[in-house]
Amino acid sequence: MNAPDEAGIDNEAARRPAGLLARLDEHDMFWSFRHSPLVMLAALVTLVMVVSSLGAPVIAPYNPFDMASISLLDSLLPPVWIDEGTWSYPLGTDNQGRDMLSTILYGSRISILVGFASVAFAMVLGIVLGLVAGYTGGWLDAFLTRIADIQLSFPAILIALLIDGVARAAFGGEIGEDRTAFGVLILAIGLSFWVQYARTVRGSVFVEKHKEYVQAAQVIGLPPFLIVFRHILPNVMGPVLVIATIQLALAIITEATLSFLGVGVPPTSPSLGTLIRIGNDFLFSGEWWITVFPGVALVLLVLSVNLLGDWLRDILNPKLK
Amino acid sequence: MIWFVTKRFVQAILVLVVVALIAFAMFRYLGDPVNMMVGIETSIEQRDKLREQLGLNDSVVVQFGRFLERAARFEFGISYQHRKAVSALIAQRLPATLELSLVSVILALAVGIPMGVYTALRRDGLLARIFMTVSLIGVSLPTFLIGILLILFFGVILQWLPTFGRGEVVNIGGWTTGLLTPSGLQALILPAITLAIFQMTLVVRLIRAEMLEVLRTDYIKFCRARGLRTRSIHFRHALKNTLVPVITIVGLQLGTVIAFAIITETVFQWPGMGLLFIQAVTTVDIPIMAAYLMLIATFFVIINLIVDMLYFAVDPRLRVQS
Amino acid sequence: MTIKTFLRSACVLLALALILPAATATAQTTLRYAFQGGANSLDPYSLNETFTLGFLGNVYEGLTRRGPDLEIQPALAESWEIVEPTRWRFHLREGVKFHNGNDFTAEDVVFSLERVQAEGSDLTTRVPSDVEIEVVDDHTVDFVLSAPNPILHAEWDTWYIMDKEWAEEHDAVMPTSASGDNESHATFNTNGTGPFRLTDHEPDVRSVMEVNEDWWDEPQHNLDRVVFTPIGSDATRVAALLSGEIDMMYPVPVQDIERVNGNDGTSVMTGPELRTIFLGMDQKRDELLYSDVEGENPFKDVRVRKAMYQAIDIETIKSRIMRGLSEPSALMLSPLMFERSDEFERHPHDPEAAKALLAEAGYPDGFTVGMDCPNDRYVNDEQICQAIVSMLARIGVTVDLNAQPRAQYFAKVLASGGYDTSFYLLGWTPGSFDSHNVLVNLHGCRDDSGKGGPFNLGGYCNEKVDELTAKIGTENDPEKRNDMIAEAFRIIHEEVAHIPLHQQGLAWGVSDNITLEQRSDNQFMYQWVRKD
Repeated sequence: MNAPDEAGIDNEAARRPAGLLARLDEHDMFWSFRHSPLVMLAALVTLVMVVSSLGAPVIAPYNPFDMASISLLDSLLPPVWIDEGTWSYPLGTDNQGRDMLSTILYGSRISILVGFASVAFAMVLGIVLGLVAGYTGGWLDAFLTRIADIQLSFPAILIALLIDGVARAAFGGEIGEDRTAFGVLILAIGLSFWVQYARTVRGSVFVEKHKEYVQAAQVIGLPPFLIVFRHILPNVMGPVLVIATIQLALAIITEATLSFLGVGVPPTSPSLGTLIRIGNDFLFSGEWWITVFPGVALVLLVLSVNLLGDWLRDILNPKLK
Repeated sequence: MIWFVTKRFVQAILVLVVVALIAFAMFRYLGDPVNMMVGIETSIEQRDKLREQLGLNDSVVVQFGRFLERAARFEFGISYQHRKAVSALIAQRLPATLELSLVSVILALAVGIPMGVYTALRRDGLLARIFMTVSLIGVSLPTFLIGILLILFFGVILQWLPTFGRGEVVNIGGWTTGLLTPSGLQALILPAITLAIFQMTLVVRLIRAEMLEVLRTDYIKFCRARGLRTRSIHFRHALKNTLVPVITIVGLQLGTVIAFAIITETVFQWPGMGLLFIQAVTTVDIPIMAAYLMLIATFFVIINLIVDMLYFAVDPRLRVQS
Repeated sequence: MTIKTFLRSACVLLALALILPAATATAQTTLRYAFQGGANSLDPYSLNETFTLGFLGNVYEGLTRRGPDLEIQPALAESWEIVEPTRWRFHLREGVKFHNGNDFTAEDVVFSLERVQAEGSDLTTRVPSDVEIEVVDDHTVDFVLSAPNPILHAEWDTWYIMDKEWAEEHDAVMPTSASGDNESHATFNTNGTGPFRLTDHEPDVRSVMEVNEDWWDEPQHNLDRVVFTPIGSDATRVAALLSGEIDMMYPVPVQDIERVNGNDGTSVMTGPELRTIFLGMDQKRDELLYSDVEGENPFKDVRVRKAMYQAIDIETIKSRIMRGLSEPSALMLSPLMFERSDEFERHPHDPEAAKALLAEAGYPDGFTVGMDCPNDRYVNDEQICQAIVSMLARIGVTVDLNAQPRAQYFAKVLASGGYDTSFYLLGWTPGSFDSHNVLVNLHGCRDDSGKGGPFNLGGYCNEKVDELTAKIGTENDPEKRNDMIAEAFRIIHEEVAHIPLHQQGLAWGVSDNITLEQRSDNQFMYQWVRKD
């Protein structure tokens, strides 16, 4: 969620008590922020990771995606504090001779982009369909619910696997190109996730739409569009945010799992998840750093995002005072 | 109510048909089953002949029609790889997956609900924060890595628990169970934990979120005002009311459980449907894939129906409205 | 039952499970082992694949068999002779019984020949299609050929003899067809003459074999029982061996060899394997697919192919990716299968020379090409491809790597996918252990449907090689035959028809309490296993 943007759009509504910004004001977001060290820490970690991964080309000592610069002769070097380690590769190298530090930075960038993009895609799709279905009811609701049922009949991994297969076939040999591969992944993961939002939103809308405030809005003749997006939406965002924060992590991990099944991003431009999958093969043989460092990066990222999400949710929840 | 159920039943059949159609449209992109059924030296003519015999050269519509016609008679054909009736194969593997999934769901609920309630009641407590953070580990690491780490630690280093398989199973009227033998129970522990960790995260967080909301509603305040015991308020009234979304999500989660069972089963060589399915994907064994998907879809339709009906039962507000 | 009591009893059960030791082994000597895949069908003619045939080789036997060093030995045939160049006479062993008690006679051989050539059999190549069989007496048969064939019986160790009566009784006369609508008895049951009989078989879960007390030969093993479990995940398979739950497993992932050796009570047996891993380049299309080169195909130029070859540092791949467990190869088959292979040497690794060659061919700045690579088929296949991508990058050739699971990979690159590839990695083991197989399948000129050289994906074509191949197929004199093979290999090598990489190694993880023989065809025979 991009809170400042939304607040901007909602500026006019800010004076009304139901407005989003107003609630933020009342809660004094910043006061709450300053007084919870854990949240500050989480924000710091998230910030550092997002900035450093987006700035990877500038910060990273090497470019692990530049195949000509990688030497197999440098492969499997341990981190610097272990005997054979060198300062050239502070966190060691992987099985291809890529610098772990650089690869993690570049890999986080891919994971973050794939994660955010697919969750955003799923969320928008899911919320819109959920709101429409829940509010209008009738045949449209039945239709959308049935689609959701169909979709839910397939485990998310499986849908991603199938969509990935279809997309690969559609794009043919172009898949070797990173951009296509990422697009396919975002599509696959996004499409396999939207139902959760739709179901949850629809369920909540069912409850919300019979409440007095909605009936009041209907009575004064507000158009359904406004009622749904301005009044119902903020009230069903709580559960949606819970799901979104968890699903962001889940998206990153689904990508790793797809990679485990052999259909992730190309191994020549690995994501965090792909790195973990690659390192997985080296757990028993003692080259633990290939899994552990990306694993730690992933855990840090996911933990911070979720902690921020928790906090944000509590802040945004109109009922929590 | 009867009208409601009938309506849903008709819809369910439609859903299944559409599932089958979509699945069939997608299978052809997963590879060529013939290459997986013959040795590398088999001649091109033989391969073509086999492809023809299997009806793989027919259009999707024709193949789909054939499948539907058979499925209506509960026949799903012969597995390309196993040369065995798919229905029998799946029946053989079903108990393993169901036992694993159910045990892990119970485990997740047994640990997750108390943790969720606790974190909601003591929102700012240190222990609650630790719970919240720890519960995130399940979604922070890929299942396959968690599985391998558990195997490495408990199987290889400590040698306490088996690293693969189901142990000794007892056959009760065609249902094989590992719950009755020591080795079967031992073998169940690591896979069940691996599978439960992920669901636990969601249970804890949902229970907490819902509890927090409910605790602030008027009727709970009213309960307090009436002087009901805190314990009774929390568990009899509050917890009960958090269960609507939890039932929905946990019900819907069963799909995810089965999905993640695929990975868990692969890692632990657990002889369930997930393993069967993932092998079918690698070998493009269309009859198995089709039957598996239909089965999962059927499960889902039933679960959805039950969830919807529970909505009616649990939440009095919905009953009034309908 | 309330939740509480349920939980309590569950806890008790769990505690019991943890305390009680696993059911202790009986006095029986049981071999427990694992492989990465399973035997799906037990019909010996339904799949021509190493593991399945090797697994069944403990239950079934052929007329011949192979010893620890792959030498051909008599099995169900006591001896044989070439009566005329086109007539082979086999003297069958007397007094051999199938597991169900039936006698083994000439009519079983006749039946097995018909069955292996019937529709639905995947092993039709075991016997030339125009062979006639003549029964001389109950224990003598003649095979009559249309042309001399020096290697007629080369693959007969895996052409297993089945019992005619048993097959007829159980309606399994025809090989289990993959397309059939009915299950076949032979898919789930076996009736061989071998040292072990299958007593329990759950495909992909577990198979149990017990010793055949009535076996005709002297057992060299001391086993009573064998339990086989397929374990697909590499790490889990290694863990099962390290924890002592199994006595043997293969393959050991190369990176885990050190760990298994370092562990108390386990070690890895390594050895040369017969499969050759190589790269191929599309030399048939006029314009290369997945490339930035327009209107021409750089791989048609031998200089470009040689540049690709010389860019590859095979020794580093061996030391870093294969952990020493591979044998770089100059030929397209294992040196074990061609005695004059030491006459050949790889083109040296020389990136500078490679760059010069590229420039000479008109590509001073290199070009872009797509590469197809399986990621679950050969030992560390994806890693090898990745390393090759970075080695080629250094001579200016940019490679877009498309690494896929084998189902999608083979569907794309083989004939059925229209040979849709420009540059690929493949492995090949000649089933007959003979050069002829390699020349026909990988080097024969082919048309678009694959006629001529079905697995020559890149469409290399040299008529001289085709001519030699035809002659090699019928030459009975070993000396002359080898001369021609060497000549063909020389041309292929100079023209860089393919880029051979290496033979991957065998790695079997073995617990210290068993001894066994490792055969380089990667078939595991219980016959040589002794367990303390």
